[in-house]
Amino acid sequence: MSELEAFRQEIRAWLEENCPPEMRQPVHDEDDICWGGRHFQFKNEAQKLWLTRCAAKGYTVPDWPQAYGGAGMSPAQAKVWREEMNRIAARPPLSSFGIWMLGPALLKFGTEEQKVHYLGQIARGEIRWCQGYSEPGSGSDLVSLQTFGEDKGDHWVVNGSKIWTSYANKADWIFCLVRTDKANKYQGISFLLFDMESEGVSTKPILLISGYSPFCETFFDNVKVPKAQIVGELNRGWDVAKYLLGHEREMISGAGGGDRLTTIGAVLNRAGLEDPLLRAELAMFDVDALAYGAMGEKFLDEIKVGKAHPAQPNMMKYAGTELNKRRYELLMAGGGSASLEWESEASDGGSRARGWLRTKANSIEGGTSEVMLNVISKRILDLPGA
Amino acid sequence: MPLYHTEDQAMLADTARQFMADEGAIARQLRHFRDIGCKDGFGHTLWKQFAELGLTGILVSEGDGGLGMGHVEAGIVLEEIGRNLTPSPFLTSAVMAASALADASAELKGRYLPGLLSGDSVFALAIDEGKKHRPERIATRAVRSGNGFSLSGAKDFVVHGSSADMLVVAARTAGADDDAEGITLFAVPRDVAGLSQDAVRLVDSSMATHLRLDNVQLDADAVIGEVDGGREVLDRVLSAGRVGAAAESVGVAQGSFDMTTTYLKQRKQFGKLIGEFQALQHRAAHLYSEIEIARAATIKAQQLLDAGSDKADLMVSVAKAKAGKAASLAVKEGVQMHGGIGMTDEYDIGLYMKRDRALAEFMGDMFYHADRVAKLSGY
Repeated sequence: MSELEAFRQEIRAWLEENCPPEMRQPVHDEDDICWGGRHFQFKNEAQKLWLTRCAAKGYTVPDWPQAYGGAGMSPAQAKVWREEMNRIAARPPLSSFGIWMLGPALLKFGTEEQKVHYLGQIARGEIRWCQGYSEPGSGSDLVSLQTFGEDKGDHWVVNGSKIWTSYANKADWIFCLVRTDKANKYQGISFLLFDMESEGVSTKPILLISGYSPFCETFFDNVKVPKAQIVGELNRGWDVAKYLLGHEREMISGAGGGDRLTTIGAVLNRAGLEDPLLRAELAMFDVDALAYGAMGEKFLDEIKVGKAHPAQPNMMKYAGTELNKRRYELLMAGGGSASLEWESEASDGGSRARGWLRTKANSIEGGTSEVMLNVISKRILDLPGA
Repeated sequence: MPLYHTEDQAMLADTARQFMADEGAIARQLRHFRDIGCKDGFGHTLWKQFAELGLTGILVSEGDGGLGMGHVEAGIVLEEIGRNLTPSPFLTSAVMAASALADASAELKGRYLPGLLSGDSVFALAIDEGKKHRPERIATRAVRSGNGFSLSGAKDFVVHGSSADMLVVAARTAGADDDAEGITLFAVPRDVAGLSQDAVRLVDSSMATHLRLDNVQLDADAVIGEVDGGREVLDRVLSAGRVGAAAESVGVAQGSFDMTTTYLKQRKQFGKLIGEFQALQHRAAHLYSEIEIARAATIKAQQLLDAGSDKADLMVSVAKAKAGKAASLAVKEGVQMHGGIGMTDEYDIGLYMKRDRALAEFMGDMFYHADRVAKLSGY
């Protein structure tokens, strides 16, 4: 038996023993996702147990080093881990912006002390993070951001506001882009970390067309941030931000594909598919979706060994989010008038209609499709003046 | 298995890229043989060079004297063929016929494999009946006669048919035209009595035939695999052809795309390089992502086929449909972005459009394969 096969057996046995049956059910709604954090309300004991057991082994972040709360898995081992998790349809023990976004940035730019402290908290699900990037006047043109940190010797005093801050009202800490030099556009931004319970921080949820409020406005009124809480160098936060955006784009792109072979046509067919033109649209969509699933797998394989183009996450984000929007358009059409129901029990509180509306943000958040295409033109295709 | 090439495969890709760019280049092969009105539509010297590199035996087992490689490796060669529009019998002979012969008797292998390995023989497939690829329906009949069979029927889109030394013919030995079972594959020599071919030049300058079989008498040893049990072999041959055509389409798409982005960086209008215009940049970037995704689907299908996975059928159709979509977009955008000169014979971009069109029909177009994806998914 190869080493990797032995590893697979070990993982399989551990999962068999430790993954509670309730955690092998499909994620049904928002409550089923474990986000962790100071104030997280576990839905049930199984969810808590699953997090605790995984965190103890470093399995919440399997490919992070053991010193920072991970399991130190190699790329090949991490792939085995994902495959074995998928095999029993296990839910992720912990989902968080800390894992997907801040973690990778800290691993690359953080000091040893920051890595041990913050990464450990993320891995154990103790602190829930939110991301302070966009501002009311700085959307696609993010680098024009105005939130300002005034140098006060051993700390900064931060003033300004952010918008589209995902789950800011539920987060414990924020990683935030703050202007620390007004004279320099790109090299005048710093990447700061601070506690959302700091004096002067307030949040206000934004009601969306889906009827949900996953995003907030976030206000900073003379918030004191100690100098030790900067990631990377002073005024070089844009480098960290760009690196991190790559990971965010990876995460959002995952919404459209993944290594799955269930087609949307098969899902809708259970309720009957009478329209041949809809069937044809579904078939063409499923070709694209299954092909994108293979792309997702290829991209993950390549990124782990440094073979992917550094700007490839932009392509993944573009293609994945456009696909997800198409998926929901077809789900709505397939569902007919039943998919219009907004509150009924039968519609599970309008989950399909709300989900459909939610997908419209996919190609806006984390960089619009148009910005993604700009980046591909410039960084991958090397087109002039892009 | 990771979805990228191993070191050995990357080396093969380098070799194939160099070989095709030098020897298989458009001016040297496609244009040359087109302009002299070659009846084969490809060059036999180049086919011998394929053999010298071992490529004609890429799918032939080592025991039978080949390289014993898989569909990933065959696809590497095909992508380069696509990129250079290199006319060759590689897909029909070294990929599809070789897949059929893998199941053949020692006698048949002995008769045909040496010619393939040396680059002296060319093989063709006679599967389609009618204008569209519908291999579920086979009406060509083979009835028992003496020690063997007598074949009658008509076949279309027999690529390289008139150049072929042997044709793999799918015929019905039992059941009705639409039955899945009752198919038998035959290795039919070119000079057998009763076989006639009407050769036609296609839009991409390649040659195909309309083939007729009128009481063609064959010995029983011409049967590939089992009598009445040929559907399984046929499916394997079709999968090999489809995933191979997908890989070639990815090459066509990439070649066309590379020409187009190069042009965007050279051509000036309104005092600017046209590649500076966002209207063109976004279309180019979208096309880039479609080609990347098509390549990923194709590699996935190749790997599943090589691994004998039960998911291979689905992914092969996904790959053929997706690569067809991507390549079709690539050539259309290519001609449009070249503007007027894209319509001229002098520029190669139009040749990509023609090749894409022929490749799209070969072994089922995107509509056939999207429909197959739906059926395999249960709708």
